Amino acid sequence: MAEPYFPSEPFRGEDDFERDLHTQHQIVNMGPSHPATHGTVKFLVELDGENIVNLDVQVGYLHRGFEKECESGTWYQAIPYTDRLNYNSAVLANLAFCLAVEKLLELETPERCQWLRVMASELSRIADHLTRCGAACLELQAMTPFLYGIEARELTWDHLEMLCGARVTSNFIRIGGVKHDMPAGFPESCRAYVARTRELLRDFDDVVTSNRIFVDRLRDTGVIDRETCIRYAVTGPMLRSTGEPLDLRKAEPYLVYDRIDFDVPVGSVGDNYDRYLVCVEEMHQSLRIVEQCLTQLEKLGPGPVNVLDPRVRWPAKGRVFNRMEELIQQFKAVTEGPRVPAGEAYAAVESANGELGFYLVSDGSAVPVKVRCRPPSLINLAPMPDMLKGAYLADLIPTFDFINMVGGECDR
Amino acid sequence: MEDFGHASLRRLLAALPGAAQETHARLGDATALVDRARLIEVLQLLRDDRELQFDMLTDVTAVDLLPRTPRFEVVYHLYSLPRNHRVRIKARVPEEDPQIDSAVSLYPSANWMEREVWDLYGIRFRGHPDLRRLLLYEEFEGHPLRKDYPKERRQPLVGPRN
Repeated sequence: MAEPYFPSEPFRGEDDFERDLHTQHQIVNMGPSHPATHGTVKFLVELDGENIVNLDVQVGYLHRGFEKECESGTWYQAIPYTDRLNYNSAVLANLAFCLAVEKLLELETPERCQWLRVMASELSRIADHLTRCGAACLELQAMTPFLYGIEARELTWDHLEMLCGARVTSNFIRIGGVKHDMPAGFPESCRAYVARTRELLRDFDDVVTSNRIFVDRLRDTGVIDRETCIRYAVTGPMLRSTGEPLDLRKAEPYLVYDRIDFDVPVGSVGDNYDRYLVCVEEMHQSLRIVEQCLTQLEKLGPGPVNVLDPRVRWPAKGRVFNRMEELIQQFKAVTEGPRVPAGEAYAAVESANGELGFYLVSDGSAVPVKVRCRPPSLINLAPMPDMLKGAYLADLIPTFDFINMVGGECDR
Repeated sequence: MEDFGHASLRRLLAALPGAAQETHARLGDATALVDRARLIEVLQLLRDDRELQFDMLTDVTAVDLLPRTPRFEVVYHLYSLPRNHRVRIKARVPEEDPQIDSAVSLYPSANWMEREVWDLYGIRFRGHPDLRRLLLYEEFEGHPLRKDYPKERRQPLVGPRN
Protein backbone atom coordinates (compact mmCIF):
# COMPACT_ATOMS: atom_id res chain seq x y z
CA MET A 1 0.00 0.00 0.00
CA ALA A 2 1.28 3.41 -0.94
CA GLU A 3 1.25 6.27 1.55
CA PRO A 4 -1.78 8.51 1.24
CA TYR A 5 0.23 11.57 0.24
CA PHE A 6 3.62 11.28 -1.38
CA PRO A 7 6.44 13.60 -0.38
CA SER A 8 7.38 15.77 -3.30
CA GLU A 9 10.32 14.52 -5.26
CA PRO A 10 12.92 16.54 -7.11
CA PHE A 11 12.02 17.24 -10.71
CA ARG A 12 14.63 15.54 -12.89
CA GLY A 13 13.64 16.72 -16.34
CA GLU A 14 10.81 16.04 -18.75
CA ASP A 15 11.89 12.46 -19.53
CA ASP A 16 12.04 11.29 -15.91
CA PHE A 17 9.52 8.48 -16.12
CA GLU A 18 10.46 6.98 -12.75
CA ARG A 19 9.10 9.94 -10.86
CA ASP A 20 6.19 9.09 -8.59
CA LEU A 21 3.02 10.88 -9.56
CA HIS A 22 1.33 13.01 -6.99
CA THR A 23 -2.06 11.50 -6.42
CA GLN A 24 -4.92 12.33 -4.16
CA HIS A 25 -7.48 9.96 -2.82
CA GLN A 26 -10.67 9.88 -4.75
CA ILE A 27 -14.12 9.11 -3.39
CA VAL A 28 -16.26 7.07 -5.73
CA ASN A 29 -19.93 6.27 -5.24
CA MET A 30 -20.91 2.84 -6.53
CA GLY A 31 -24.61 2.22 -6.53
CA PRO A 32 -27.22 2.05 -5.13
CA SER A 33 -28.10 0.98 -8.64
CA HIS A 34 -24.99 -0.08 -10.47
CA PRO A 35 -24.87 -2.32 -13.56
CA ALA A 36 -21.99 -4.39 -12.19
CA THR A 37 -23.64 -5.33 -8.94
CA HIS A 38 -26.83 -7.24 -8.50
CA GLY A 39 -28.60 -5.95 -5.45
CA THR A 40 -29.41 -2.46 -4.32
CA VAL A 41 -26.50 -1.40 -2.16
CA LYS A 42 -24.24 1.60 -2.13
CA PHE A 43 -20.49 1.43 -1.78
CA LEU A 44 -18.65 4.58 -0.83
CA VAL A 45 -15.13 3.76 -1.97
CA GLU A 46 -12.04 5.78 -1.17
CA LEU A 47 -9.52 5.02 -3.85
CA ASP A 48 -5.80 5.52 -4.16
CA GLY A 49 -5.34 5.02 -7.86
CA GLU A 50 -7.02 1.68 -8.38
CA ASN A 51 -6.63 0.45 -4.81
CA ILE A 52 -9.33 0.59 -2.18
CA VAL A 53 -8.24 2.54 0.89
CA ASN A 54 -11.58 2.67 2.64
CA LEU A 55 -14.95 1.21 1.98
CA ASP A 56 -18.28 2.08 3.50
CA VAL A 57 -21.12 -0.26 2.67
CA GLN A 58 -24.52 1.40 2.93
CA VAL A 59 -27.52 -0.88 2.99
CA GLY A 60 -31.21 -0.27 3.50
CA TYR A 61 -32.40 0.72 0.03
CA LEU A 62 -34.87 -2.16 0.00
CA HIS A 63 -36.10 -1.69 3.55
CA ARG A 64 -39.84 -2.11 3.55
CA GLY A 65 -40.63 -2.77 7.18
CA PHE A 66 -40.84 -6.55 7.10
CA GLU A 67 -40.76 -6.89 10.87
CA LYS A 68 -43.26 -4.08 11.46
CA GLU A 69 -45.64 -5.60 8.94
CA CYS A 70 -45.34 -9.07 10.50
CA GLU A 71 -46.06 -7.62 13.93
CA SER A 72 -49.38 -6.21 12.76
CA GLY A 73 -50.89 -9.29 11.11
CA THR A 74 -51.62 -12.83 12.20
CA TRP A 75 -48.97 -15.54 12.37
CA TYR A 76 -50.13 -16.97 9.06
CA GLN A 77 -50.01 -13.60 7.31
CA ALA A 78 -46.28 -13.37 7.93
CA ILE A 79 -45.47 -16.41 5.78
CA PRO A 80 -45.95 -14.70 2.37
CA TYR A 81 -43.68 -11.88 3.56
CA THR A 82 -40.93 -14.36 4.34
CA ASP A 83 -41.07 -15.40 0.67
CA ARG A 84 -39.94 -11.92 -0.22
CA LEU A 85 -36.84 -11.99 1.96
CA ASN A 86 -34.50 -14.04 -0.16
CA TYR A 87 -36.30 -14.33 -3.46
CA ASN A 88 -33.86 -16.92 -4.75
CA SER A 89 -34.65 -19.40 -2.03
CA ALA A 90 -38.04 -18.47 -0.63
CA VAL A 91 -38.76 -21.91 0.80
CA LEU A 92 -35.85 -21.66 3.23
CA ALA A 93 -37.23 -18.47 4.78
CA ASN A 94 -40.74 -20.00 4.97
CA LEU A 95 -39.20 -22.98 6.70
CA ALA A 96 -37.24 -21.00 9.27
CA PHE A 97 -40.30 -18.97 10.24
CA CYS A 98 -42.59 -22.00 10.45
CA LEU A 99 -40.06 -23.99 12.48
CA ALA A 100 -39.90 -21.14 15.00
CA VAL A 101 -43.71 -20.93 15.25
CA GLU A 102 -43.92 -24.71 15.59
CA LYS A 103 -41.34 -24.51 18.36
CA LEU A 104 -43.61 -22.09 20.22
CA LEU A 105 -46.62 -24.33 19.61
CA GLU A 106 -44.59 -27.47 20.42
CA LEU A 107 -45.77 -29.19 17.28
CA GLU A 108 -44.18 -32.24 15.68
CA THR A 109 -44.85 -32.46 11.94
CA PRO A 110 -45.54 -35.81 10.19
CA GLU A 111 -42.61 -37.62 8.62
CA ARG A 112 -43.84 -37.23 5.05
CA CYS A 113 -44.12 -33.48 5.56
CA GLN A 114 -40.52 -33.34 6.81
CA TRP A 115 -39.16 -35.10 3.72
CA LEU A 116 -41.17 -32.78 1.47
CA ARG A 117 -39.80 -29.78 3.34
CA VAL A 118 -36.24 -31.03 2.98
CA MET A 119 -36.73 -31.64 -0.73
CA ALA A 120 -38.22 -28.19 -1.34
CA SER A 121 -35.49 -26.47 0.65
CA GLU A 122 -32.72 -28.29 -1.22
CA LEU A 123 -34.26 -27.32 -4.56
CA SER A 124 -34.28 -23.74 -3.28
CA ARG A 125 -30.66 -23.98 -2.25
CA ILE A 126 -29.71 -25.15 -5.74
CA ALA A 127 -31.59 -22.21 -7.29
CA ASP A 128 -29.81 -19.81 -4.95
CA HIS A 129 -26.32 -21.16 -5.63
CA LEU A 130 -26.99 -21.19 -9.38
CA THR A 131 -27.97 -17.55 -9.24
CA ARG A 132 -24.87 -16.70 -7.25
CA CYS A 133 -22.44 -18.54 -9.54
CA GLY A 134 -24.23 -17.58 -12.76
CA ALA A 135 -24.53 -13.92 -11.88
CA ALA A 136 -20.91 -13.80 -10.76
CA CYS A 137 -19.86 -15.04 -14.21
CA LEU A 138 -22.11 -12.47 -15.86
CA GLU A 139 -20.59 -9.66 -13.85
CA LEU A 140 -17.14 -10.89 -14.81
CA GLN A 141 -18.26 -10.55 -18.44
CA ALA A 142 -18.87 -14.23 -19.14
CA MET A 143 -22.30 -14.66 -20.68
CA THR A 144 -22.24 -18.37 -21.60
CA PRO A 145 -21.88 -19.91 -18.13
CA PHE A 146 -24.60 -17.55 -16.93
CA LEU A 147 -26.95 -19.08 -19.49
CA TYR A 148 -26.04 -22.62 -18.39
CA GLY A 149 -26.73 -21.58 -14.82
CA ILE A 150 -30.01 -19.93 -15.74
CA GLU A 151 -31.16 -22.97 -17.70
CA ALA A 152 -30.55 -25.12 -14.65
CA ARG A 153 -32.29 -22.55 -12.47
CA GLU A 154 -35.30 -22.48 -14.79
CA LEU A 155 -35.54 -26.26 -14.50
CA THR A 156 -35.28 -25.96 -10.71
CA TRP A 157 -38.02 -23.36 -10.65
CA ASP A 158 -40.18 -25.50 -12.96
CA HIS A 159 -39.99 -28.26 -10.38
CA LEU A 160 -40.59 -25.90 -7.49
CA GLU A 161 -43.65 -24.73 -9.43
CA MET A 162 -44.85 -28.32 -9.79
CA LEU A 163 -44.32 -28.83 -6.09
CA CYS A 164 -45.45 -25.50 -4.65
CA GLY A 165 -47.61 -23.87 -7.34
CA ALA A 166 -45.37 -20.84 -7.76
CA ARG A 167 -41.91 -20.36 -9.17
CA VAL A 168 -40.32 -17.72 -6.99
CA THR A 169 -42.57 -16.79 -4.08
CA SER A 170 -43.57 -20.32 -3.26
CA ASN A 171 -45.42 -19.85 0.06
CA PHE A 172 -45.17 -23.63 0.38
CA ILE A 173 -44.41 -24.27 4.04
CA ARG A 174 -47.29 -23.77 6.46
CA ILE A 175 -47.41 -23.83 10.23
CA GLY A 176 -47.59 -27.52 11.05
CA GLY A 177 -47.11 -28.80 7.53
CA VAL A 178 -46.85 -27.96 3.87
CA LYS A 179 -49.43 -26.63 1.42
CA HIS A 180 -50.01 -29.98 -0.27
CA ASP A 181 -48.34 -33.25 -1.17
CA MET A 182 -46.25 -33.53 -4.34
CA PRO A 183 -48.29 -34.01 -7.53
CA ALA A 184 -48.52 -37.29 -9.45
CA GLY A 185 -45.57 -37.83 -11.76
CA PHE A 186 -43.31 -35.55 -9.75
CA PRO A 187 -40.67 -38.15 -8.77
CA GLU A 188 -40.05 -39.22 -12.41
CA SER A 189 -39.86 -35.64 -13.62
CA CYS A 190 -37.60 -34.68 -10.74
CA ARG A 191 -35.21 -37.57 -11.40
CA ALA A 192 -34.89 -36.41 -15.01
CA TYR A 193 -34.25 -32.92 -13.66
CA VAL A 194 -31.49 -34.17 -11.38
CA ALA A 195 -29.76 -35.89 -14.31
CA ARG A 196 -30.10 -32.83 -16.56
CA THR A 197 -28.86 -30.47 -13.85
CA ARG A 198 -25.79 -32.64 -13.32
CA GLU A 199 -25.08 -32.33 -17.07
CA LEU A 200 -25.53 -28.57 -16.96
CA LEU A 201 -23.28 -28.29 -13.92
CA ARG A 202 -20.67 -30.29 -15.83
CA ASP A 203 -20.95 -27.88 -18.77
CA PHE A 204 -20.70 -24.98 -16.34
CA ASP A 205 -17.66 -26.59 -14.77
CA ASP A 206 -16.01 -27.11 -18.18
CA VAL A 207 -16.18 -23.46 -19.17
CA VAL A 208 -15.62 -21.86 -15.79
CA THR A 209 -13.69 -23.79 -13.16
CA SER A 210 -10.32 -23.89 -14.90
CA ASN A 211 -10.87 -20.87 -17.08
CA ARG A 212 -7.76 -18.72 -16.80
CA ILE A 213 -9.60 -15.37 -16.69
CA PHE A 214 -12.11 -16.58 -14.13
CA VAL A 215 -9.44 -18.15 -11.91
CA ASP A 216 -7.28 -15.02 -12.06
CA ARG A 217 -10.19 -12.82 -11.06
CA LEU A 218 -11.23 -15.06 -8.16
CA ARG A 219 -8.10 -16.60 -6.71
CA ASP A 220 -6.65 -14.66 -3.75
CA THR A 221 -9.28 -11.95 -3.99
CA GLY A 222 -11.64 -11.14 -1.14
CA VAL A 223 -9.70 -13.32 1.29
CA ILE A 224 -11.16 -13.77 4.75
CA ASP A 225 -9.76 -16.03 7.46
CA ARG A 226 -11.58 -18.31 9.86
CA GLU A 227 -11.07 -16.10 12.93
CA THR A 228 -12.43 -12.99 11.20
CA CYS A 229 -15.46 -14.99 10.08
CA ILE A 230 -16.14 -16.12 13.64
CA ARG A 231 -15.67 -12.64 15.10
CA TYR A 232 -18.16 -11.26 12.58
CA ALA A 233 -20.53 -14.25 13.08
CA VAL A 234 -20.26 -15.05 9.37
CA THR A 235 -21.84 -18.39 8.45
CA GLY A 236 -22.66 -20.41 5.36
CA PRO A 237 -20.41 -20.98 2.33
CA MET A 238 -18.32 -17.97 3.34
CA LEU A 239 -17.32 -19.57 6.64
CA ARG A 240 -16.95 -23.01 5.07
CA SER A 241 -14.59 -21.62 2.42
CA THR A 242 -12.12 -20.93 5.25
CA GLY A 243 -12.08 -24.60 6.25
CA GLU A 244 -14.57 -24.51 9.13
CA PRO A 245 -17.20 -27.21 8.46
CA LEU A 246 -20.09 -25.52 10.31
CA ASP A 247 -23.37 -26.50 8.71
CA LEU A 248 -26.51 -26.36 10.84
CA ARG A 249 -27.87 -29.33 8.92
CA LYS A 250 -25.08 -31.34 10.59
CA ALA A 251 -24.45 -29.33 13.77
CA GLU A 252 -28.08 -29.04 14.91
CA PRO A 253 -30.00 -31.37 12.60
CA TYR A 254 -33.56 -30.22 12.07
CA LEU A 255 -36.28 -32.09 10.13
CA VAL A 256 -34.80 -35.37 8.89
CA TYR A 257 -31.29 -34.18 8.01
CA ASP A 258 -29.77 -36.61 10.51
CA ARG A 259 -31.08 -39.47 8.37
CA ILE A 260 -29.70 -38.15 5.09
CA ASP A 261 -26.30 -38.98 3.69
CA PHE A 262 -24.50 -35.87 2.45
CA ASP A 263 -21.11 -34.21 2.81
CA VAL A 264 -20.20 -30.67 3.82
CA PRO A 265 -17.60 -29.26 1.41
CA VAL A 266 -14.99 -26.91 2.84
CA GLY A 267 -12.33 -24.69 1.30
CA SER A 268 -8.88 -23.89 2.61
CA VAL A 269 -7.90 -20.33 1.67
CA GLY A 270 -11.13 -18.40 2.12
CA ASP A 271 -10.92 -16.53 -1.18
CA ASN A 272 -13.60 -16.09 -3.83
CA TYR A 273 -12.42 -19.14 -5.75
CA ASP A 274 -12.91 -21.34 -2.67
CA ARG A 275 -16.36 -19.90 -2.18
CA TYR A 276 -17.18 -20.72 -5.80
CA LEU A 277 -15.95 -24.31 -5.41
CA VAL A 278 -17.86 -24.76 -2.14
CA CYS A 279 -21.08 -23.56 -3.79
CA VAL A 280 -20.69 -25.87 -6.78
CA GLU A 281 -20.06 -28.86 -4.55
CA GLU A 282 -23.02 -27.94 -2.36
CA MET A 283 -25.25 -28.05 -5.43
CA HIS A 284 -24.06 -31.61 -6.13
CA GLN A 285 -24.73 -32.54 -2.50
CA SER A 286 -28.20 -30.97 -2.69
CA LEU A 287 -28.98 -33.03 -5.78
CA ARG A 288 -27.98 -36.12 -3.79
CA ILE A 289 -30.33 -35.07 -0.99
CA VAL A 290 -33.19 -34.52 -3.46
CA GLU A 291 -32.72 -38.05 -4.79
CA GLN A 292 -32.78 -39.50 -1.28
CA CYS A 293 -35.95 -37.53 -0.51
CA LEU A 294 -37.67 -38.89 -3.63
CA THR A 295 -36.74 -42.46 -2.68
CA GLN A 296 -37.97 -41.97 0.87
CA LEU A 297 -41.21 -40.31 -0.19
CA GLU A 298 -41.97 -43.18 -2.55
CA LYS A 299 -41.13 -45.68 0.16
CA LEU A 300 -43.34 -43.93 2.72
CA GLY A 301 -46.37 -43.93 0.46
CA PRO A 302 -49.34 -41.58 0.80
CA GLY A 303 -49.88 -40.10 4.23
CA PRO A 304 -50.69 -36.89 6.04
CA VAL A 305 -48.54 -33.84 5.28
CA ASN A 306 -50.06 -31.65 7.99
CA VAL A 307 -50.48 -32.04 11.71
CA LEU A 308 -54.05 -32.62 12.78
CA ASP A 309 -53.93 -29.91 15.41
CA PRO A 310 -57.07 -27.74 15.46
CA ARG A 311 -55.02 -24.76 16.63
CA VAL A 312 -53.31 -24.40 13.25
CA ARG A 313 -55.19 -26.55 10.75
CA TRP A 314 -58.39 -25.57 9.06
CA PRO A 315 -61.07 -28.25 9.06
CA ALA A 316 -61.80 -30.18 5.87
CA LYS A 317 -63.97 -28.22 3.41
CA GLY A 318 -66.66 -30.89 3.17
CA ARG A 319 -67.26 -30.71 6.90
CA VAL A 320 -67.20 -26.91 6.95
CA PHE A 321 -70.11 -26.79 4.53
CA ASN A 322 -72.20 -29.36 6.37
CA ARG A 323 -71.51 -29.07 10.09
CA MET A 324 -71.88 -26.22 12.54
CA GLU A 325 -68.80 -26.82 14.71
CA GLU A 326 -66.42 -26.95 11.77
CA LEU A 327 -68.02 -23.88 10.25
CA ILE A 328 -67.38 -21.95 13.48
CA GLN A 329 -63.86 -23.30 13.66
CA GLN A 330 -63.15 -22.27 10.08
CA PHE A 331 -64.63 -18.82 10.68
CA LYS A 332 -62.49 -18.24 13.73
CA ALA A 333 -59.37 -19.65 12.09
CA VAL A 334 -59.75 -17.30 9.12
CA THR A 335 -60.81 -14.13 10.88
CA GLU A 336 -58.64 -14.41 13.98
CA GLY A 337 -55.82 -16.74 13.00
CA PRO A 338 -54.15 -19.24 15.29
CA ARG A 339 -53.29 -18.28 18.85
CA VAL A 340 -49.72 -19.08 19.79
CA PRO A 341 -48.81 -19.73 23.46
CA ALA A 342 -46.93 -16.94 25.20
CA GLY A 343 -43.18 -17.31 25.15
CA GLU A 344 -40.10 -16.79 23.03
CA ALA A 345 -38.30 -19.08 20.62
CA TYR A 346 -35.38 -18.98 18.24
CA ALA A 347 -35.12 -21.44 15.39
CA ALA A 348 -32.53 -21.40 12.65
CA VAL A 349 -31.97 -23.23 9.39
CA GLU A 350 -28.92 -23.46 7.16
CA SER A 351 -29.98 -21.26 4.28
CA ALA A 352 -27.97 -20.82 1.10
CA ASN A 353 -26.15 -17.88 2.69
CA GLY A 354 -25.76 -19.19 6.22
CA GLU A 355 -27.71 -19.23 9.42
CA LEU A 356 -31.20 -17.88 8.78
CA GLY A 357 -32.97 -17.66 12.10
CA PHE A 358 -36.22 -16.33 13.44
CA TYR A 359 -36.62 -15.03 16.98
CA LEU A 360 -40.29 -14.82 17.86
CA VAL A 361 -42.00 -13.45 20.94
CA SER A 362 -45.66 -14.18 21.58
CA ASP A 363 -47.96 -12.87 24.29
CA GLY A 364 -50.49 -15.62 23.70
CA SER A 365 -52.57 -13.67 21.20
CA ALA A 366 -53.08 -14.12 17.47
CA VAL A 367 -50.62 -11.31 16.61
CA PRO A 368 -46.87 -11.68 17.20
CA VAL A 369 -45.19 -9.24 19.57
CA LYS A 370 -41.85 -9.61 17.86
CA VAL A 371 -40.72 -11.20 14.61
CA ARG A 372 -37.00 -10.91 14.18
CA CYS A 373 -35.30 -12.34 11.14
CA ARG A 374 -31.58 -12.94 11.56
CA PRO A 375 -30.50 -12.18 8.01
CA PRO A 376 -27.29 -13.95 6.93
CA SER A 377 -26.94 -11.56 3.96
CA LEU A 378 -26.61 -8.54 6.22
CA ILE A 379 -24.28 -10.15 8.72
CA ASN A 380 -22.04 -11.67 6.03
CA LEU A 381 -21.74 -8.26 4.38
CA ALA A 382 -20.35 -6.55 7.50
CA PRO A 383 -16.70 -7.75 7.15
CA MET A 384 -16.57 -6.69 3.49
CA PRO A 385 -14.47 -3.52 4.14
CA ASP A 386 -11.89 -5.68 5.97
CA MET A 387 -11.78 -8.14 3.06
CA LEU A 388 -11.10 -5.44 0.49
CA LYS A 389 -8.65 -3.03 2.13
CA GLY A 390 -5.82 -2.55 -0.33
CA ALA A 391 -7.45 -4.63 -3.04
CA TYR A 392 -8.22 -3.43 -6.55
CA LEU A 393 -11.57 -1.83 -7.19
CA ALA A 394 -12.26 -4.59 -9.72
CA ASP A 395 -12.02 -7.20 -6.93
CA LEU A 396 -15.03 -5.67 -5.26
CA ILE A 397 -17.32 -7.14 -7.92
CA PRO A 398 -16.55 -10.88 -7.48
CA THR A 399 -16.26 -10.47 -3.71
CA PHE A 400 -19.69 -8.91 -3.53
CA ASP A 401 -21.05 -11.63 -5.82
CA PHE A 402 -19.79 -14.46 -3.68
CA ILE A 403 -20.92 -12.87 -0.43
CA ASN A 404 -24.27 -13.10 -2.24
CA MET A 405 -26.02 -10.27 -0.51
CA VAL A 406 -29.71 -10.41 -1.38
CA GLY A 407 -31.34 -7.03 -0.90
CA GLY A 408 -34.71 -8.37 0.15
CA GLU A 409 -33.22 -10.32 3.01
CA CYS A 410 -30.47 -7.87 3.93
CA ASP A 411 -32.72 -4.81 4.20
CA ARG A 412 -36.04 -6.50 5.08
CA MET B 1 -32.13 -19.45 40.45
CA GLU B 2 -31.83 -22.63 38.51
CA ASP B 3 -29.52 -23.67 35.66
CA PHE B 4 -31.92 -26.23 34.08
CA GLY B 5 -28.96 -28.47 33.25
CA HIS B 6 -27.36 -25.95 30.86
CA ALA B 7 -23.62 -25.40 31.31
CA SER B 8 -23.99 -21.77 30.22
CA LEU B 9 -26.45 -20.90 32.97
CA ARG B 10 -24.55 -22.93 35.58
CA ARG B 11 -21.27 -21.12 34.90
CA LEU B 12 -23.00 -17.75 34.72
CA LEU B 13 -24.71 -18.22 38.08
CA ALA B 14 -21.54 -19.55 39.72
CA ALA B 15 -19.01 -17.07 38.34
CA LEU B 16 -21.06 -13.87 38.47
CA PRO B 17 -23.48 -14.13 41.39
CA GLY B 18 -26.16 -11.48 41.23
CA ALA B 19 -25.70 -10.66 37.56
CA ALA B 20 -28.61 -12.78 36.40
CA GLN B 21 -32.06 -11.66 37.47
CA GLU B 22 -34.03 -14.50 35.92
CA THR B 23 -33.27 -17.72 34.08
CA HIS B 24 -35.41 -20.09 32.10
CA ALA B 25 -34.93 -22.85 29.56
CA ARG B 26 -38.40 -23.07 28.08
CA LEU B 27 -38.60 -24.82 24.71
CA GLY B 28 -34.97 -25.83 25.15
CA ASP B 29 -33.48 -22.34 24.80
CA ALA B 30 -31.22 -21.47 27.76
CA THR B 31 -32.05 -17.88 28.63
CA ALA B 32 -30.76 -15.46 31.24
CA LEU B 33 -32.09 -12.00 32.00
CA VAL B 34 -29.15 -9.97 33.27
CA ASP B 35 -28.62 -6.58 34.83
CA ARG B 36 -27.86 -4.15 32.01
CA ALA B 37 -25.01 -2.59 34.00
CA ARG B 38 -23.25 -5.97 34.05
CA LEU B 39 -23.93 -7.01 30.45
CA ILE B 40 -20.35 -6.66 29.21
CA GLU B 41 -19.06 -8.63 32.20
CA VAL B 42 -21.52 -11.42 31.37
CA LEU B 43 -20.67 -11.48 27.67
CA GLN B 44 -16.96 -11.50 28.49
CA LEU B 45 -17.42 -14.49 30.79
CA LEU B 46 -19.44 -16.36 28.17
CA ARG B 47 -16.81 -15.68 25.53
CA ASP B 48 -13.68 -16.44 27.55
CA ASP B 49 -14.76 -19.26 29.85
CA ARG B 50 -13.01 -22.51 28.87
CA GLU B 51 -16.15 -24.52 29.42
CA LEU B 52 -18.45 -22.23 27.42
CA GLN B 53 -16.45 -20.62 24.58
CA PHE B 54 -19.30 -18.63 23.05
CA ASP B 55 -17.23 -17.28 20.17
CA MET B 56 -20.06 -16.08 17.93
CA LEU B 57 -22.57 -13.36 18.72
CA THR B 58 -25.08 -14.43 16.11
CA ASP B 59 -27.84 -11.93 16.76
CA VAL B 60 -28.65 -8.72 18.58
CA THR B 61 -32.18 -7.41 18.60
CA ALA B 62 -34.67 -5.69 20.87
CA VAL B 63 -38.27 -6.19 21.89
CA ASP B 64 -40.68 -3.37 22.68
CA LEU B 65 -42.99 -4.56 25.45
CA LEU B 66 -45.17 -1.44 25.67
CA PRO B 67 -46.99 -0.75 28.05
CA ARG B 68 -44.82 -2.77 30.43
CA THR B 69 -41.99 -1.08 32.34
CA PRO B 70 -39.10 -1.29 31.81
CA ARG B 71 -40.21 -1.02 28.23
CA PHE B 72 -37.43 -2.55 26.15
CA GLU B 73 -35.49 -5.78 26.21
CA VAL B 74 -32.26 -6.08 24.27
CA VAL B 75 -31.72 -9.69 23.24
CA TYR B 76 -28.39 -11.33 22.41
CA HIS B 77 -28.10 -14.78 20.87
CA LEU B 78 -24.74 -16.49 21.23
CA TYR B 79 -23.42 -19.64 19.65
CA SER B 80 -20.34 -21.63 20.48
CA LEU B 81 -18.59 -23.24 17.55
CA PRO B 82 -16.32 -25.59 19.60
CA ARG B 83 -19.09 -26.66 22.01
CA ASN B 84 -22.09 -26.44 19.65
CA HIS B 85 -24.45 -24.87 22.15
CA ARG B 86 -26.45 -21.67 22.34
CA VAL B 87 -27.55 -19.20 24.95
CA ARG B 88 -29.84 -16.17 24.93
CA ILE B 89 -28.98 -13.16 27.09
CA LYS B 90 -31.53 -10.43 27.68
CA ALA B 91 -31.22 -7.07 29.41
CA ARG B 92 -34.05 -4.70 30.25
CA VAL B 93 -33.77 -1.07 29.20
CA PRO B 94 -36.19 1.61 30.45
CA GLU B 95 -37.83 4.12 28.14
CA GLU B 96 -36.52 7.19 30.04
CA ASP B 97 -32.90 6.15 29.66
CA PRO B 98 -32.74 3.99 26.55
CA GLN B 99 -29.11 2.98 26.51
CA ILE B 100 -26.88 0.01 27.16
CA ASP B 101 -23.18 -0.77 26.79
CA SER B 102 -21.99 -1.73 23.34
CA ALA B 103 -20.59 -5.22 22.76
CA VAL B 104 -18.51 -4.21 19.73
CA SER B 105 -15.22 -4.42 21.63
CA LEU B 106 -15.94 -8.09 22.41
CA TYR B 107 -17.72 -9.11 19.23
CA PRO B 108 -17.25 -7.07 16.02
CA SER B 109 -20.42 -8.67 14.67
CA ALA B 110 -22.36 -6.49 17.12
CA ASN B 111 -21.41 -3.39 15.11
CA TRP B 112 -24.08 -3.53 12.41
CA MET B 113 -26.67 -5.29 14.53
CA GLU B 114 -26.46 -2.61 17.24
CA ARG B 115 -26.73 0.05 14.56
CA GLU B 116 -29.90 -1.65 13.40
CA VAL B 117 -31.34 -1.70 16.93
CA TRP B 118 -30.52 2.00 17.33
CA ASP B 119 -32.12 2.70 13.97
CA LEU B 120 -35.35 0.80 14.54
CA TYR B 121 -35.81 1.03 18.33
CA GLY B 122 -33.86 4.11 19.34
CA ILE B 123 -31.75 2.35 21.95
CA ARG B 124 -28.29 3.88 22.23
CA PHE B 125 -25.20 1.73 22.65
CA ARG B 126 -22.56 3.38 24.82
CA GLY B 127 -19.08 3.06 23.39
CA HIS B 128 -20.18 2.06 19.89
CA PRO B 129 -17.55 3.28 17.40
CA ASP B 130 -19.96 4.43 14.69
CA LEU B 131 -23.59 4.57 15.81
CA ARG B 132 -25.29 5.64 12.58
CA ARG B 133 -28.62 4.44 11.31
CA LEU B 134 -28.21 1.23 9.31
CA LEU B 135 -31.35 0.68 7.26
CA LEU B 136 -33.05 4.08 7.28
CA TYR B 137 -31.62 7.47 6.35
CA GLU B 138 -30.31 10.09 8.76
CA GLU B 139 -33.25 12.47 8.17
CA PHE B 140 -35.80 9.86 9.21
CA GLU B 141 -37.72 10.89 12.30
CA GLY B 142 -38.49 8.38 15.00
CA HIS B 143 -37.79 4.69 15.34
CA PRO B 144 -40.32 2.64 13.42
CA LEU B 145 -40.25 -0.69 15.26
CA ARG B 146 -41.41 0.97 18.46
CA LYS B 147 -44.98 -0.06 19.14
CA ASP B 148 -46.12 3.56 19.37
CA TYR B 149 -44.87 4.36 15.86
CA PRO B 150 -47.96 4.05 13.65
CA LYS B 151 -47.57 1.63 10.77
CA GLU B 152 -49.32 3.98 8.35
CA ARG B 153 -47.10 6.99 9.02
CA ARG B 154 -45.37 8.18 5.88
CA GLN B 155 -42.21 10.27 5.72
CA PRO B 156 -40.63 11.94 2.71
CA LEU B 157 -37.82 9.95 1.15
CA VAL B 158 -34.73 12.09 1.36
CA GLY B 159 -31.88 11.24 -0.93
CA PRO B 160 -28.26 10.85 0.16
CA ARG B 161 -26.46 14.07 0.98
CA ASN B 162 -23.29 13.63 -1.06
